[in-house]
Amino acid sequence: MKIKRNTLLTLAALAVFYGLLALAENTLNTYWVRILNLCAVYTIFAVTFNLIFGYTGQFSLGHAGFAAIGAYVGALLTLSPAQKQANFFLQPILPFLANVEMPFLPTLIIAGLLAALIGSLVAWPALRLRGDYLAIATLGFSEIIRIFLVNWQPLTNGAMGLKGIPEYTNLYWSWGAAIVTIFIVKRLIDSSYGRAMKAIRDDEVAAEALGVNLFKHKIMAFAVSAFFIGVAGALFSNLISTIDPKVFLFTLTYQIVGITVMGGMGSLTGSAVAASLYTIFLELLRPIESQITIGSLMIPGRPGMRMVIFSLLLLFVILFYRKGLFGQKEFSWDWLIGFLRGKNRKMKTSQTLGSTGAADKENKS
Amino acid sequence: MTFELFLQHLANGISLGSLYALIAIGYTMVYGILRLINFAHGDVVMLGAYAAFYGAALFLLPWYIAFPLAIIITAALGVIIERIAYKPLREYPRINLFTAAVAVSFLIENLGIVIFGGRPFAFTRPEFMDVNLSFGKTSIISYTFIIIITAGILFAILLYLVNKTKAGMAMRALSKDIETTGLVGVNTDRIIMFTFALGSALAAAGGILWATKFPQINPLMGVMPGLKAFIAAVLGGIGNIPGAMIGGFLLGISEILIVAFLPSLSGYRDAFAFAILILLLLFRPNGIMGEVQAEKV
Repeated sequence: MKIKRNTLLTLAALAVFYGLLALAENTLNTYWVRILNLCAVYTIFAVTFNLIFGYTGQFSLGHAGFAAIGAYVGALLTLSPAQKQANFFLQPILPFLANVEMPFLPTLIIAGLLAALIGSLVAWPALRLRGDYLAIATLGFSEIIRIFLVNWQPLTNGAMGLKGIPEYTNLYWSWGAAIVTIFIVKRLIDSSYGRAMKAIRDDEVAAEALGVNLFKHKIMAFAVSAFFIGVAGALFSNLISTIDPKVFLFTLTYQIVGITVMGGMGSLTGSAVAASLYTIFLELLRPIESQITIGSLMIPGRPGMRMVIFSLLLLFVILFYRKGLFGQKEFSWDWLIGFLRGKNRKMKTSQTLGSTGAADKENKS
Repeated sequence: MTFELFLQHLANGISLGSLYALIAIGYTMVYGILRLINFAHGDVVMLGAYAAFYGAALFLLPWYIAFPLAIIITAALGVIIERIAYKPLREYPRINLFTAAVAVSFLIENLGIVIFGGRPFAFTRPEFMDVNLSFGKTSIISYTFIIIITAGILFAILLYLVNKTKAGMAMRALSKDIETTGLVGVNTDRIIMFTFALGSALAAAGGILWATKFPQINPLMGVMPGLKAFIAAVLGGIGNIPGAMIGGFLLGISEILIVAFLPSLSGYRDAFAFAILILLLLFRPNGIMGEVQAEKV
């Protein structure tokens, strides 16, 4: 009975959310719509990083590389042949791509599949490594991908990047993808596969001794993550419409790590909230980088100030609020209803919520 | 390729390698003790170069005062970073420490952009580093040798400190086991501070020499050398000081020679370093000089 109630609530929440998206898409100006789109993209980034690190314990720093693959696939498959010719004026594009132009949905799926394929190929040897070594190897792969993007001119247009990518991404696409990602990741971590992943995170040796197939579960987490990172990458390039390899420097990965840590390792709710807060916060701070005039006093703009504030905030969270915003807690209807019914009930629920096992209760929408 | 040209490339490679090695030592020492990949180390390199630049260009100090002063200031900054950002997290999961390093790295880079400005400055070499030396048909500018010689002297001092002094002995003990070392009466906090000071001082020296070799400094100049030096540290077996030196030289020389012999691959120069790293990790995960660590259950 209870599950049914929660499902209904989830569906209702989705309907309300859809209404809000429609409202935002129709009433807000393009600037804010773009920011809300970015929120969704970063949510996918953070949720997928959480799957690999927060739930499976594999410290992978390859996010920027996989996002780059998705973004370039998204760009190359949607650019019209004429636009491609305009972009590739130094050297023509590889012939098999010259006349390809696809609708958005198949593009997203191909971007995801290619990222997942390359992600698995990377993971296959790299997962023999553990901890820091895995981090370094995946960081290396990510940088190699980026360097290929710079140098493989007939495919990627090199350092000049790609311009005029059609802006297909809107709030339905981006948040639709984000919700699908959260839903699938949530289902995955609650399944028997997910329990095996958490066992690997908590103690690899013990998990193996109990018969968990380490390689299979790690590579599954990697492939699922890479798929959605690829999708998010394609959404990203079709959102900002101009990309070049510099966008996918490893600092992008660091940002994603920072967001996920701020939200809470092992909390999808935290990832989503932190990603949105981060994006909006960074935009709201934009004025401090431009010139400010107070009376007759003119303070010249200082680029970089926003990231100074972000890094100070990140440092503050890490030092004084170590579990992040949500720790390992998840939003759930049981928690919300308990909260609404009063304090006693809330205490009881939050106690159960505190433990890891109970945190995985009901799917969050 | 003529033999003279080869010698020139080799000298170039050795000097680049000694820079990598200088920076790599800081990574390796910190990793050996705290098991922390100190991602802010590359930015400490940048701070060293800027300190020297401001000393020489703004306060008009002669190089023999400006450079040592920059090294001392940077060493102090390294210790401050450790005190503020890393010390409170020592007992916590390593991801926290790592994220703290990332946050510090972000902070230094962006503070650098805010304070120094995003535009690069031209770093002026002291005159004696700008002399053109000719050996037969080979001509090499003097800074190449000065980098190699300075690095050599610094390595000798470091190896002496680590192997022959009490503080060095304590450092080596810490890298085996922090807790036990504390129990036998070593002030672990002080030794960790000493490690950071030493690592940052070498990084500053590396940064200043880097700026004499590539005389343009900007707030993000430390990122790539830092990453490469880190690769060098892993190549040599992270946690192992002679290993970091060997790794640095290996990386510097092979990078220069590969580009020299196969100019068409010059765009892939950075990818090459990472490719070596990944291959090495797969076949010899503990690096050239690293010890195999048994896994405790």
